[in-house]
Amino acid sequence: MASASKPLSGVTNGGAQKLCVGQVDSIMAVTKKKLVDLYTRTLKVRLFEEKVWDLFGENLVPGTLHLYLGQEAVAAGVTAALKKSDWVQSTHRGHGHVVAKGADMKAALAELLGKRTGSCKGKGGSMHITEFKAGVLGATGVVASGLPIAAGAALSCQMRGTKEVVACFFGDGASNNGTFGESLNMSAIWKLPVIWIVENNFYAMGTPITLTCPSQSIAQRAEAYCIPSCVVDGNNAVEVYEATLEAVKRAREGGGPSLIECQTYRMRGHSRFDPAKYRPKEEVDFWLSKDAVETIQNIALEKKALTKKEAKDIRRKLQKEVDIAADFAVKSEYPEPQEVLDDVFAEVA
Amino acid sequence: MPEKTYRDALKEGLREEMLRDERVFIMGEDIGRNWGGAFKVTKGLAEEFGDDRVRDTPISENAIVGAALGAAITGMIPVAEIMFGDLITLAMDQVCNQAAKMRYMFGGQTSVPLVMRSVFGGGKNLASHHSQSLEAWFMHTPGLKIAVPSFAYDVKGLIKTAIRDPNPVMFFEHKLVYDRKEEVPDEEYLIPFGKARVHREGDDVTIWGTFLMVHKAIEAADELAKQGISAEVIDPRTLVPLDRKTLIDSVKKTGRLVLVTEETKTGATTAEIAAIVQEEAFDWLDAPIKRVNAPDTPVPFSPPLEQVFIPDKDRIISAVREIV
Repeated sequence: MASASKPLSGVTNGGAQKLCVGQVDSIMAVTKKKLVDLYTRTLKVRLFEEKVWDLFGENLVPGTLHLYLGQEAVAAGVTAALKKSDWVQSTHRGHGHVVAKGADMKAALAELLGKRTGSCKGKGGSMHITEFKAGVLGATGVVASGLPIAAGAALSCQMRGTKEVVACFFGDGASNNGTFGESLNMSAIWKLPVIWIVENNFYAMGTPITLTCPSQSIAQRAEAYCIPSCVVDGNNAVEVYEATLEAVKRAREGGGPSLIECQTYRMRGHSRFDPAKYRPKEEVDFWLSKDAVETIQNIALEKKALTKKEAKDIRRKLQKEVDIAADFAVKSEYPEPQEVLDDVFAEVA
Repeated sequence: MPEKTYRDALKEGLREEMLRDERVFIMGEDIGRNWGGAFKVTKGLAEEFGDDRVRDTPISENAIVGAALGAAITGMIPVAEIMFGDLITLAMDQVCNQAAKMRYMFGGQTSVPLVMRSVFGGGKNLASHHSQSLEAWFMHTPGLKIAVPSFAYDVKGLIKTAIRDPNPVMFFEHKLVYDRKEEVPDEEYLIPFGKARVHREGDDVTIWGTFLMVHKAIEAADELAKQGISAEVIDPRTLVPLDRKTLIDSVKKTGRLVLVTEETKTGATTAEIAAIVQEEAFDWLDAPIKRVNAPDTPVPFSPPLEQVFIPDKDRIISAVREIV
């Protein structure tokens, strides 16, 4: 068990049944090409979210925002272990999942700005940001509502015999909802090809996990459903990737679900106006020192998967992509008023 | 033409669709081979189609609907059964926040070919948690289609249409009509949504109702005919889409309207229908619209109390006589 994570919230991996993460010198086993992929995905999400924050500062983003800043390694590590044809189920904090899965950043940013060129034609916004053709089943504004949908998508993959798998993201807060138990149970009895990804950032809005969860980890709860689980450092994309890879393999081979608890932290508050003053400074500092982008960059440099120059070049290229996407989004038109009535129902053939 | 029960006609429709399209499958509590559904609608289907396609689930209503939804948007055509309509309360997020809104809030990126079957109505002394009629809740949620078949012929044609619709369909049945028989063709037929069935034609008053109340309205109309009052009886068959034209045309002909459902009165579908008619046919009305509903109470258990709760033929006749 690689355990770079020493969260100050008092949560450890506890008695969680382990996947094989960390049993070998695992980072050596990850190819250089994959390390570059992980660096690129993590950074892409970071740059995307920083752009969103800038656009918000310019008052161009209506409504609220749940930024993914800080948690990038989770989305990067999970999606790097998936195929394009696999699915992810997202959450209210979903920008990172969508971008990491390969959605078009122009359409994603346009959606956040409420433009008709957005992936949801401006009907969804931040909490429903989705690109179906990139394999995102949807982002949802109701905490814990994605779990049953992911179970059903996995059932569909199983019944259709596609060998596709579903990775379902949700937070520590969601694991206290009834759908958590209902969905984990369903996935276990039917051996569904689903990977439950808990993004434990230790706070449900402002409520710390110590007030809401009696166990040492969320992963422990999977044991009750006979689902293999583990706890990983969610700020380390390599750890997340390796755990997911093993879970994906199990799912594809018909071995059923797994649960991976990724311990991570929000760099910002819960939503756009939350300064997150309820979090102790030393705790925030601890997590900021474990920055997801720096972590994967250092690993990639150390393993000589990247040179500093190559890392910079990738950053420059991604920044340009994000800037172009933002320019597209800003210049796009808002929907026409009559579009309010569109897409309630699909046309009957 | 053979007579069949509502239950058998419904099963026949499900079976035909499962034979036609292998993406169609059924999931729900106790629908499989041990039980065949609480009302025996799916009895025998697990034996024919296997336990994968007629899938018993844990008692997890929210996950049943959510999982059916997840399957629907990824290439399957699920028919999810919630054993009693009252228990849909446990799945309201998946029904109303997810299934109903998914196409719209994702800008038309996906469609949701999902059927959710359940059963409403009292009359079996099952008390407050197994007897309600909650269709108005779903009529108030944009994005859901709602079928309310009351007759054996209709239930077969409508379930087949529901399964072929690319949108979420709430398919509501009624406990006391499962055993009622009607002529039902053996061959395939579809009944389009949004097309009402006129059971009696008449000139003096229009009676619009759903579920068991359609049967009561027909009995009332037959008795009223003996008293010299000609009543037209309309069964909408689907609430969403709603056949406004048949209703409005009828009101324009009769000038009088009685609405009858088993719902508690406040906020019932009858309130919406009354509002539509006064918006669209006010000038043709010769009398106030009358509503015959259950009182605003939970459904009581004791037989004499439940009997008072559920509207009957005599209350319909009284309502008609007040305005004719």
